[in-house]
Amino acid sequence: MTTLLDIRELNIEANGKKLVSDLSFTIAAGERLGLIGESGSGKSLTALAAIGLLPEGLQASGSVILDNRQVIGARDRDLVPLRGTAAAVIFQEPLTALDPLMKIGQQVGNAVKRRAKRDGGPTDKASIQREVLALLDQVALPDPYRISAAWPHEISGGQRQRAAIAMALACKPKLLIADEPTTALDVTTQAEILALLGKLVRERDMALLFISHDLPVVAGAVERVVVMQHGRVVETGAVSTVFDQPEHAYTQSLVAAARAFDDALEIAR
Amino acid sequence: MTDTATVIASPEGRKRRSWTFMIGAVIVGLHIVIGLLTLIWTPFDPAAMSGGRLEAASLTHLAGTDRLGRDLFSLIMIGSRIALIVGTGAIIIGGLIGMTIGLLAAFASKTLDDVLAAGLDILIAFPTLLLAMLIVASSDGASLWTAIVAIGIANSAIVARLTRILAKRVLSMDYITASRISGTSWLGVVTIHVLPNIWPTLLVNLALQFGLAVIAEASLSYLGLGTPPPNASWGRLLQEAQGTVYSAPLGAIAPGIALVSLVIGINLLADGLRDIADPTRRSRR
Repeated sequence: MTTLLDIRELNIEANGKKLVSDLSFTIAAGERLGLIGESGSGKSLTALAAIGLLPEGLQASGSVILDNRQVIGARDRDLVPLRGTAAAVIFQEPLTALDPLMKIGQQVGNAVKRRAKRDGGPTDKASIQREVLALLDQVALPDPYRISAAWPHEISGGQRQRAAIAMALACKPKLLIADEPTTALDVTTQAEILALLGKLVRERDMALLFISHDLPVVAGAVERVVVMQHGRVVETGAVSTVFDQPEHAYTQSLVAAARAFDDALEIAR
Repeated sequence: MTDTATVIASPEGRKRRSWTFMIGAVIVGLHIVIGLLTLIWTPFDPAAMSGGRLEAASLTHLAGTDRLGRDLFSLIMIGSRIALIVGTGAIIIGGLIGMTIGLLAAFASKTLDDVLAAGLDILIAFPTLLLAMLIVASSDGASLWTAIVAIGIANSAIVARLTRILAKRVLSMDYITASRISGTSWLGVVTIHVLPNIWPTLLVNLALQFGLAVIAEASLSYLGLGTPPPNASWGRLLQEAQGTVYSAPLGAIAPGIALVSLVIGINLLADGLRDIADPTRRSRR
C-alpha cells in the first residue's frame, strides 16, 4: 500500500513554547488511524499542520508529506490544489463549520463546483444540483431537496454535521480528517454519524484520520491508534493491542477510566 | 428550534418589523422626491425676495420668509437635496475606503494590522469638525465637496474599524478553514464568505452613518464650513435664524424639523434593513 500521509519529527511551537514535539506517524491509502489524547495534547494542531493550515503565530518544523508533497514550508498558493484532493476535514462544531448565510445546497454545491473544475467535469447548474442531492442522500439526510434549500440554522446539529460531511465528500479526498466529529452531538446521533463515517470510508476507499478523546468512539472507528500526551506520542499500535494491553501509564489510565465509566453504568443499571 | 416554530414565527416577525422599514422608507422617500423636485421647481426663486422680511407662515409662504424676505420653504426643500447629496457622498467615500482598509487589516500580518488599528484609533479620536477645517483650509474654500470628503474620511475610520473586527470574527470560523481546505483562494473566501457575513451589520452601520453624516453636514454649514450660498443647507438656515429666534421662531423650527425628520427616517430604515439583510434574524423572530 502507498503512504498517503507521512509525518516525521513534526514540531509545532508558539512563541518558543513547544505544543507538539517529535511527532511521527504514517497513514497508508485506505487505512483508518485514530489520534487519541486529552484536550490540549496537540491532536487538532497536528491535523491542521497536515494540510498546512496552522493558525498564524504557530511555527511547524520537521516533515509532513501529504500525497507525495511536502507541506511544511510550502507556499500557500502551492497548497491550494492539494487541499480537497488529498485531504478534507470535518470539524468538531457543526454550527461553525457551515456558513450561516449560505443555504446548504449552495455550500455543498460550491465544493462540488470546485471539484468539477479541477477534474474537468460538467459545471452547469443542473449537473451540480444533481450531484449535491446525491451527496446529501449518501450522508443519509432525509428529504435532500428540502435540506438543500434550508439555511444552516433551520436544521438540527446532527443534520448539520451530515451536511458538513457531504461538503468534505464533495472534494473526493483520499484522506478524510475527522476532528472530534461527534463531540458536540448527543449519544444517539453520535452513533449514527460514526456508522455513517465508517460506511463512507469503506465504500469510497478513503483513508481516515480520526481525532478524539473518547476511547470507545475511536475503538469502533479505526484499525490503528496513536496516543498523544502533552504533544508527544506515548504509544502506538493496533486498536485491539493498545486497548487490551496498554503499555504506557497514560494509556493505562485512559483505558482504566473508560472501563470505570462502563462499570459505573453497569451498576446504575 | 423546530421547523414548525420557524415557520410560524417568521411571518409575524417580518410584518411587525416591516413597519419601521416602511415608515423610514416613506420619510426618506419624501425627502428624495423633494430633493429631486428642487432641481426643476421650487415654489419661489430661493435667491430672490418674494415677500416681506420675517413673514409668518401663510398659504403663500408655507414656512414664512427669512430676514432677507426669501421663501423659507423653498430653501428648506433645497436643503433636503444638499443633505442627501452630502450623506450619500460621505457614505460612498467612507464605505469604500473603510471596507478596503478594514479587510486589509483583517487579513494582514500582525504588525501591519497593529499599525492600521492604531492609525484608525487616531483618526477616530480626531474631531470631524477639525478635520473639515483642515480640508477646507487646504483647498480653495468651503464647498459641497469639502464637506463630503471631510465627513467621508471621518466615516471611513469607523467603517474600517467595524469591518476589521467583523471580518476577523468570520475568519476565525471553521467554515472558513473548511472552505480553504476545499481549495478556495483568499479572494474567494472574501467574496463568498466574508462579505456576505459582515454585510448585514455593515449595511445597518452605513445607514446609521448616513444619519450622522446629515447631522455633521448641518454642523459644518452652521459653522460656515459647508455648502456656500446660494445653495441652502439646513445648518446655515439654522445659523441665519439664530439672531431672530425670539421674534420669528419658525425660521429655526422649520429647518430643524426637516433635519430631525430625515435623520429619524434614516434610522428607522436602518433598523428595518437589519432584519431584511440578515436571514438568521429573519426567521428566528
